[in-house]
Amino acid sequence: MVEPILRAPSQYWMLIMMWVRSSMAYPASFVLMLFSSMVLTVMDFVAIVLMFSHISSFGGFSLAEMALLYATASITLGIADLFTGSIERVGERIRTGTFDAYLIRPVPAFLQTAADGFALRRIGRPLQALVVMVFAFSRLDVDWTVARGIMLVVSIAAGTVIFGAIFVLGAAFQFVSVDSAELANSFTYGGQTLTQYPLAVFGKEIVRAVTFVVPLAFVNYYPVLYLLGKPAPLGLPSWIGLLSPLVAVVMVALASLAWRGGLRRYRSTGS
Amino acid sequence: MPVIELSDVSRAFTVTSRAGLRRTKREVRAVDGMSFTVEPGEVMGYIGPNGAGKSTTIKMLTGILVPSGGSIRVAGVDPSRHRLKLAKRIGVVFGQRTTLWWDLPLKDSFAVLQKMYGVPMARHRENLATFVELLDLGDLLDVPVRQLSLGQRMRGDIAAALLHDPEIVYLDEPTIGLDVISKARLREFLAEINAARRTTIILTTHDLDDIEALCTRVMVIDHGHQIFDGTLDGLKSSQSAPRTLVVDLATSLPPIVVEGATVTKVDGPRQHLSFPPTTSAAPLLAQIAANYPLVDLSVAEPTIESVITQLYAPTPS
Repeated sequence: MVEPILRAPSQYWMLIMMWVRSSMAYPASFVLMLFSSMVLTVMDFVAIVLMFSHISSFGGFSLAEMALLYATASITLGIADLFTGSIERVGERIRTGTFDAYLIRPVPAFLQTAADGFALRRIGRPLQALVVMVFAFSRLDVDWTVARGIMLVVSIAAGTVIFGAIFVLGAAFQFVSVDSAELANSFTYGGQTLTQYPLAVFGKEIVRAVTFVVPLAFVNYYPVLYLLGKPAPLGLPSWIGLLSPLVAVVMVALASLAWRGGLRRYRSTGS
Repeated sequence: MPVIELSDVSRAFTVTSRAGLRRTKREVRAVDGMSFTVEPGEVMGYIGPNGAGKSTTIKMLTGILVPSGGSIRVAGVDPSRHRLKLAKRIGVVFGQRTTLWWDLPLKDSFAVLQKMYGVPMARHRENLATFVELLDLGDLLDVPVRQLSLGQRMRGDIAAALLHDPEIVYLDEPTIGLDVISKARLREFLAEINAARRTTIILTTHDLDDIEALCTRVMVIDHGHQIFDGTLDGLKSSQSAPRTLVVDLATSLPPIVVEGATVTKVDGPRQHLSFPPTTSAAPLLAQIAANYPLVDLSVAEPTIESVITQLYAPTPS
């Protein structure tokens, strides 16, 4: 149990480097793709900036605060997408029967599926979001302490893991329903769109749903509220923003169970 | 000490069929109570009609599929429980689809496999050099797998399956869709690997020439049951496929009358006679020569195809 986990990072690294090398065979094309990925994904933020030429506050958030929400949503999804987004292709692999090829290799099928077609150009999204985050902090008056700095970094890591777990859950569901890739996308890419806004503007029902059902609010919303010293919605305590790592652990446990369950189902139906 | 051991292995699938709004579930036994052992270094042909359970067996032997009954041991372990561990000791080729990375050049696929299987670099280079030469892969190494022809891809796949020096290699229809020359080259290569490394080879095929060229042992299965296990000659003689005697007479005649044989076809002065494999051809010849103007003759042995067809045909159930 422990040994495979220890070996996993180097095995994963080896697999993704293979794809990186092959995409670097055409450097000009890679740079172009990276650039277009950054431009495409930054458009969401441009829309927010345009919105703020007419209003000065949205759901109690200033432009700089919105920039922080946007940046954290985009960085977390972007990194999760980079490292686990490819796993959504598992349904296609099951359908075409090429998933079997992963099961005859001495590396866990999970790592092979997650690394399948690793696209470094997807780093465009978190990169542009990082720029937006620098902009946000240059305009925000946060009382920085070491604890706050650590909290920000840990929250971003936890948010990334939560998105990653949702990618994996979606992929696991494809063992049951091969054509369900879009369903998972609505929670990941759709979730990113949702979490770049102050969730309270969507109403209590949505806030409840993203707190207790699909914990997207823990990706960035609650941590950002805590960082900015804003009250949490639904009468929740403000320290709820510190719970993201815990939520991430729970999500990883769920995703891991689901993936194992899916794999077991595949191996016993052989469909 | 057998390298593969199956005892009473079964594999059932639930098939859901839909008639109108009604959904009916039915259990199909793809493999039903299969038991056999394979010794190290054996080359076993595993044949049977489509849907006989060949691929299901291979998938259970690799650990991809979990058997629904019975026990399997491959290289001393239970494949489905120790799939990752076993993976280093077996090589698998699925003829219908590649196990290589579609978008990567062949040499990159090989490089990844070296790391994945932890093959020492020196050994990897040695193996690669051997396979590049024997399978004539030199010009293909820089070509992405998706651009390879079927025959080229198959050679690449076979090299990939052997790079980590597996003790056992499963080849699921390795010659499917290949031309005659590619097939011959592939068989030669497999025979060489088996001789040089004592690699155990299990081969499923529809091409009986593969069996004839390679296999020391044949297993025929149908409907998940084993219906023959033995040598190729044993398979041929076990069956009562009739032999054929072709006689050329001086003139066209009505069907000749010969005791112990029957005319199956008259083609001008040439007549085809069918006789049981237990009968010797000599007395028949004597009879014909004595009664008819015999010019020439030949005896045709049953082809392996006809033997197999006979095996499949009667399914006692």
